[in-house]
Amino acid sequence: MIKFTLNGRTVETDAPATARLLDLLRDEFELIGTKEGCGEGECGACSVFVNNLLQNSCLIPIGSIAGADIQTIEGIIETEQFKILDESYSIAGGVQCGYCIPGMIMASAALLSENPHPSEAEIREGISGNLCRCTGYNMIVEAINLAAKKGDGL
Amino acid sequence: MNLKDISTSVPKKDHKGKVSGQLPYISDVKVENMVYGVLYRSPIAYGKIISIQLPNLPDGYEAVGAEHIPGPNYVKIIKEDQPIFANEWVNYIGEPILMLTGKDLDILYSLLNEVKVEFEEHQAIYTLDEAIKQKSVSLVLASYEFGESLENISAIEQGAHQIIEEEYDTGYQEHVYLEPQGMLAVYKDDEIVVQGSMQCLYYIKNALLSALACGDDEVRVVQSPTGGGFGGKEDYPSMMACHVAVAARAVKKSVMLVFDRSEDMLVTTKRHPAKLKYRTALDKEGNILSMYVDIFLDGGANVGLSSVVLQRALLNSAGVYKIPHFHAKGYVLKTNTVPNGAFRGFGAPQSFAGIESHIGHLSKLAKIDPLAYKRKYLVKQGDPTITKGKFRDPILVEEMIEDVLNVSEYKKKKEDFQRLNQQNQRYKKGIGTSLFLHGCGFTGSGERDHIKAKVKLVKSKDDQVSLKISNSDMGQGILTTLCKIVAKELNLPFEDILYPYPDTKEVPDSGPTVASRTTMIVGKLLERAAKKLKNQWQTGVEQEVVEHYVHREMIPWDEKTFTGDAYPAYSWGVNIVEVEVDTLTGNLKLEKVYGNYEVGKVIDERIMKGQIDGGLAQGLAYGYLEKMTSKQGRIQQKSISDYGPPTSLDIVSIESKVFDNPYADGPYGAKGAGELTLIGGAPAVQAAIEDALHTSFQQIPITPEVIIESLWMKEGEEG
Ligand code: FES
Ligand code: FES
Repeated sequence: MIKFTLNGRTVETDAPATARLLDLLRDEFELIGTKEGCGEGECGACSVFVNNLLQNSCLIPIGSIAGADIQTIEGIIETEQFKILDESYSIAGGVQCGYCIPGMIMASAALLSENPHPSEAEIREGISGNLCRCTGYNMIVEAINLAAKKGDGL
Repeated sequence: MNLKDISTSVPKKDHKGKVSGQLPYISDVKVENMVYGVLYRSPIAYGKIISIQLPNLPDGYEAVGAEHIPGPNYVKIIKEDQPIFANEWVNYIGEPILMLTGKDLDILYSLLNEVKVEFEEHQAIYTLDEAIKQKSVSLVLASYEFGESLENISAIEQGAHQIIEEEYDTGYQEHVYLEPQGMLAVYKDDEIVVQGSMQCLYYIKNALLSALACGDDEVRVVQSPTGGGFGGKEDYPSMMACHVAVAARAVKKSVMLVFDRSEDMLVTTKRHPAKLKYRTALDKEGNILSMYVDIFLDGGANVGLSSVVLQRALLNSAGVYKIPHFHAKGYVLKTNTVPNGAFRGFGAPQSFAGIESHIGHLSKLAKIDPLAYKRKYLVKQGDPTITKGKFRDPILVEEMIEDVLNVSEYKKKKEDFQRLNQQNQRYKKGIGTSLFLHGCGFTGSGERDHIKAKVKLVKSKDDQVSLKISNSDMGQGILTTLCKIVAKELNLPFEDILYPYPDTKEVPDSGPTVASRTTMIVGKLLERAAKKLKNQWQTGVEQEVVEHYVHREMIPWDEKTFTGDAYPAYSWGVNIVEVEVDTLTGNLKLEKVYGNYEVGKVIDERIMKGQIDGGLAQGLAYGYLEKMTSKQGRIQQKSISDYGPPTSLDIVSIESKVFDNPYADGPYGAKGAGELTLIGGAPAVQAAIEDALHTSFQQIPITPEVIIESLWMKEGEEG
């Protein structure tokens, strides 16, 4: 039995310690916002926060998260930061097929929390672990830039 | 909706669901009584199946194969050459032979390891070069030839000052849509509902009607939110749909088939590798007298859509140029490799990479700036096309070139870079251009003879209007743009126009979501339907209108002689790319990218910009970054990082502009845009690298290894 915090609630699971956090989130907790794009840590579609750090949940065996604080996109939807990102992505046109987007939002949030006013280069670096095949990134970079201006430190 | 200009952007219809991650893609769906399917695939490239031995299957686990297919055993696309489950011959590594179904994926994968199939192996053909060398008609899956008579061409060549021959190779390109392919067949007693990630609902429905040999009301196809397509979800989903539907029928349960990334990369269709040969006669000044082009496409193991891809490759073989005395010939050849299929641009990216490269090289011989040389041959309004059709609409390319030259300071940079490069031994800068077009819609009379699109608008009692069409939003934004067209026409709030994910039970066949046809063709039909509805509008009453495709009469297309108007209209583009090459490592850095486009009229500026940036990123990467190879019939790159699509660090901001040139048969003047944006990337990158290094390349992608090798060769030549 592994116990951890998921989006602010204490939860437990019987799943084997080698199970991937990604599968646990999607299958057992029905949190579909965390997507699988590669299963190998190369695309960032499965990004979550583990103790406030951006991680690829496809690479995390749940045995390693006992006692940890896990947050998924569902867990940040109510935050002010998400609302600003949501609006900025809309204005900048950063969303096409949408499959990379929850992961991108997580990466954007992680970046802005750490560095509220990133330069363009820092934004590109911050999302470089998140693959997007549709947008060519520029409108996502613009969205994060906009969010940084609007959020002003959020 | 009271937009002064249709181009003004509005928030996208599907924004909320996507940004929150709560819009369910197919892999997010679970239904009652659902099992998974996994496929046993051929481990050999070519051979005969002698016997199949299954392991003991635990309770609830079943095997499904060719014997379970009620109809004929092939995936209905164009020709009947792709079995649903191969049961006699296998023609490529990865070809599906049977499916195992059951609740637990881990158990399924271990059972898969225990399946034993005995083969009689035969000598396979692994590469396009081998297939060309064989010169065997049995390998020709399709071929076309057209243009001026060969006697004329050879007479001109005999009188020419010089004949230049070049051979150019392009590689695979993999779609890497971020959502891997997935398909679910929901089993009901009287109906199978197939839902999944797809571009073409009726292609799938027709394939299912054939495979299940059933009545029209016994199958239904529903599109799920689709995480990118780029052509990769045009033909391949038909096969997956047959797999899950046949299995669902056989095991009487709902069956889900979802690929992981490596399976998706190893077995799904890709952009055709190509070889393009040019033979051009020149006069003393380097002017073109005649040109002869040969195109070979690697079709892979079956023809699929390859014949149509070849048509588009050939139709674009002269680029945007009016070449005096032109002749072209093309083949799709069979190899025992994964079948190749549709990919954004559909044959045109190979042709443009080739012709832009060749013309660029001719300009060097003539000692004229490449762009100046290209402009001498630019087609003009009223000019004939290479198939004796006509460019009837105004062409703005000259204006677009002038503009981008100014914006990019092309001339100044050319000189600056020359100077800088002399001072800097290691890092070399270069600037290059590409000119391109894209024929909008289906080739020839396809829309009239095959597709016969039909659209429907349904108005509810509360005066909301729903779009009933079979087209898929796969990220390109038609949920928004098509609703905008209808909203503006009916002068209703954007929110009152609905576009539910299409379901063949509800929507007529408005054609597949391919060929940059959706906005122009389907959009126009919707515009007309909306006009009609407006005329008969009755508040508070349910109403329905239907519109059918009407063909614009042109010079009739004849596929046999390859003559006539191949397309009703063309979209145009100009790219300029600046690069810096590290001559020590061969690494390339994009520095600046510019694009000017003409797509008739933009339906939504922001969405268009998304198409420009995303398409160009794919096109640029096709030229220097993305490399996929196959060895002994096996694809060598099975992960994203093995293959290397661009990350945010590879791409730079793109300065783009779109020119208005409304087209009478498009909604508000709009033409196609989605594919155009990819085409100019690779040739402009190549031209920029050549400018930086003063070398010529005969292939894409131009990877660091290719660059280093060419520098060694150059050093060797210069002694
Ligand atoms: S699915 Fe985890 S990084 Fe791609
Ligand atoms: S929007 Fe499609 S992958 Fe990013």
